[in-house]
Amino acid sequence: MTDQPTNEPNPGLSSSGMSDTGIAHLEGPLVSTGPVEPEPPSRWRVAMNEIMGGSIMISILSIVLAMVAGAILIAVTDKTVQATAGYFFAKPGDMLNAVWLAVSGAYSSLFQGSVYNFRREGFLNGIKPFMDTLNFATPLIMAGLGIGLGFRVGLFNIGGRGQMLIAIAIAGWIGFALDLPAGIHMIVAVIGGLIGGALWGGIVGLLKAKTGAHEVITTIMLNFVAFYLVSFLLRTPGALQAPGSNNPKSPPMKDTVVFPPLFGERYSVNLGLVFAIIAVIIVWWILERSSLGFKFKAVGYNPNAARVAGINVGAMFIWSMVISGALVGLAGVSQILGTVTTGFSSGIDAGIGFDAITVALLGRSKPWGIFWAAILFGAFKAGGYAMQAAQGIPIDIVLVVQSMIVLFIAAPPLVRAVFHLPTPGVFRKRTKIEAV
Amino acid sequence: MKLELRGITKRFGSLVANDNINLTVNPGEIHCLLGENGAGKSTLMNVLYGLYHAEEGEILLDDVVQDFAGPGDAMAAGIGMVHQHFMLIPVFTVAENVMLGHEETTFGGRLNMTATRKTVRELSDRFGFDLDPDALVEDLPVGVQQRVEIIKALSKNAQVLVFDEPTAVLTPQETDELMLIMKQLRDAGTAIVFITHKLREVREVADRITVIRLGKVVGEAEPTATNEELASLMVGRAVDLMIDKGPADPGAPALVVKDLSVIDHVGQMVVNRVSFEVRAGEILAIAGVQGNGQTELTEAIMGLQQHVTGEISLDGKPLNRLSVNKVLNSGVGFVPEDRNVDGLVGDFTVAENLMLDRSDGEPFVKFGNLQLGYLATFAEEKVEQFDIRAQGIRTLVGRLSGGNQQKVVLARELSRELRLFVAAQPTRGLDVGSIEFVHTQIVAARDAGVAVIVVSTELDEVAALADRVAVMYRGGIIGIVPGDTSRDVLGLMMAGEHHDSRGAVA
Repeated sequence: MTDQPTNEPNPGLSSSGMSDTGIAHLEGPLVSTGPVEPEPPSRWRVAMNEIMGGSIMISILSIVLAMVAGAILIAVTDKTVQATAGYFFAKPGDMLNAVWLAVSGAYSSLFQGSVYNFRREGFLNGIKPFMDTLNFATPLIMAGLGIGLGFRVGLFNIGGRGQMLIAIAIAGWIGFALDLPAGIHMIVAVIGGLIGGALWGGIVGLLKAKTGAHEVITTIMLNFVAFYLVSFLLRTPGALQAPGSNNPKSPPMKDTVVFPPLFGERYSVNLGLVFAIIAVIIVWWILERSSLGFKFKAVGYNPNAARVAGINVGAMFIWSMVISGALVGLAGVSQILGTVTTGFSSGIDAGIGFDAITVALLGRSKPWGIFWAAILFGAFKAGGYAMQAAQGIPIDIVLVVQSMIVLFIAAPPLVRAVFHLPTPGVFRKRTKIEAV
Repeated sequence: MKLELRGITKRFGSLVANDNINLTVNPGEIHCLLGENGAGKSTLMNVLYGLYHAEEGEILLDDVVQDFAGPGDAMAAGIGMVHQHFMLIPVFTVAENVMLGHEETTFGGRLNMTATRKTVRELSDRFGFDLDPDALVEDLPVGVQQRVEIIKALSKNAQVLVFDEPTAVLTPQETDELMLIMKQLRDAGTAIVFITHKLREVREVADRITVIRLGKVVGEAEPTATNEELASLMVGRAVDLMIDKGPADPGAPALVVKDLSVIDHVGQMVVNRVSFEVRAGEILAIAGVQGNGQTELTEAIMGLQQHVTGEISLDGKPLNRLSVNKVLNSGVGFVPEDRNVDGLVGDFTVAENLMLDRSDGEPFVKFGNLQLGYLATFAEEKVEQFDIRAQGIRTLVGRLSGGNQQKVVLARELSRELRLFVAAQPTRGLDVGSIEFVHTQIVAARDAGVAVIVVSTELDEVAALADRVAVMYRGGIIGIVPGDTSRDVLGLMMAGEHHDSRGAVA
């Protein structure tokens, strides 16, 4: 497993969550200005425009475009394609065939490594890759929810790594040092992790609310603080270091604390997935149905108006970061209690805190969107290894595809231009709409 | 240069923004384009400026048909535009802004600043603008920035100048100065198109008036027409510019402000020992040129200012040092000066905005849960009652016109149990029809026994609403006079001249 943060956050991404409405706003008033009230466009056309120009379609098309870009990269780097390109004008068929073989081989092994492997016997064996996908997706769902919740309040939480590490330190210590009955032990560890993440996120919210310190700076700095703090504890006997060892690594988790597998020992999927789904539902409730979420969103869209409307903006920053940190912390907990139960080192976060940013962007910061985006990224992770093993295609291609997806999502007008989609809120002439 | 628009039709989907519009503007003439917000004035000018392409019709300059692919072509043909929102770069000097887009260079690609400075000086002297080419734009007052825009257009030899709602951001004095400049330009032979919805300005400078309603030309009017005639032409029905307002029946003092001072974030005293009271059932208008402390005064009452000294009490209970939330809950309604920045969340729906300042408890929230059913019923009712024209309660507020946005703010604030209603610039940027509506609502609140403060820079508005007028100048109240005080006296007070009845309570 690579420990490197795979998708370095790009400052340019920060506005992407909202940028897709830019054009609509420009044109909007012309369409729906008050005194001029022509017959409103029919429901169907409104719905059509929303879907065609809207966010879900953009997300899906971004994935398609990124896969195309990935295919080009696979073809260009393939040895056979390079060799056949030399005599392309003599026998173009050779090269086209090589391109086809390379690309289809890569993507089919990606599919077989992440969804269903036809070469294995029986459904139960064939579905194993999908279970791996779900396992990889579990922490991404949790952390993605945390980052996405931050986005909705207008906060860019890059501190996923730090929040995960602190949560891991606390939950991990509870996991190997305490003796508690099964079940209770696990719940205590999970709660400990939630508190750890919430604390580390809450510091950021508190600093922003009280001093105006920008969360991007403070979260990055707290990443370093957490990393070196946990590294130090892992090297300190009596703290997190395994007794009798010189390695900066913790003892393994006790059996009473480990997440039990969901569908038998055969698969890697564990109770963490259930926690992830519960988290999705809770975050959905917070954002869509609770007064807290209402205030979060008001602050995220327009902090000035929120303040004038009597909403305590500082308190919203603090609470959102507490919840965001807790969710990211939960991802850390699921890493050590679900995936790597044999003890952890300081690279345990595996870049999930950064991948979560990408997941939150792809999921448009909506809870179920994040859920599906995380599954997609889980599939890329699971399938990437299979692709590397089967076809010798470097796993970096998968990282390129992941990054391209976010790049396209960050530029909706580009995607619309490629597919000739209408801009939401702007209605073309009837004839053209029907032609689409 | 003579400008002629023939049969211009511009559609956006099923909406016809301009329907067969004909317009002729002669050199040396100020042609006023009058119409409500959304009538299609700006669309027409964007067609002229090459930003939109009209489906039908043609643009002629000196009887030659033009085809503009973009603003560059329009500029080259001699059309200049002064936008409502300035297209200036704040950190550049005046000269740099003027040369931007058609930079002259000398050997080695160096900018020829000397030539541009000379151009700016020449044009500035010719029209008495008094502009320093080396001043930074961000240091200039708004009115002077607008002159930079005008010089920018003139430096490209514009023969036709379009002013798109130029006075929306200006103080009364700056407006008067702009009127003078427009007359000078006209006398120098420029053809001027002046887009506005403010009747007084039209009657002051226009040589001809064309009224647009719902994308169509509905008539031409003479500058001698009365305000009522122009307004009814614009709105399509008879409009009362002076709303029916019975005499006030003031009760006990509701809001009492004593020795209030506000220090802003850069340490300047922006409100200086202000004392006044507002009785239940009366309207106190706070008049003054923009930036004399009115904004900070209302914010101090609302609990939005940090450094406030003095006393504010409502019905005998102290109001200062309370959080905004507590101020609102003690029965204060607030219409902020800039509804887009402070009053509304543009990405929220109409319904969500209607509960924006009541997200803490019943009836909109129970046990932390939003009561969406109740909210929908409530929103439908308010949309009906306040005549908010939107496709539905789920329309995003950012998509509504200014007038409808302001109605959302009013509907929200007036649907609570109020003791004090503070409305800052309640009709800024609104069209005649909406102004009438807003004024009626404010008077209705007064008649229901609420103490009302209206902050306005528009003397028309002060005259229409005020029972008493407090004039602010440089952070202090220069005097409180009866509502029927003449414009001249108020104008002098706004310029800082003390009035005989200073301090007297009418």
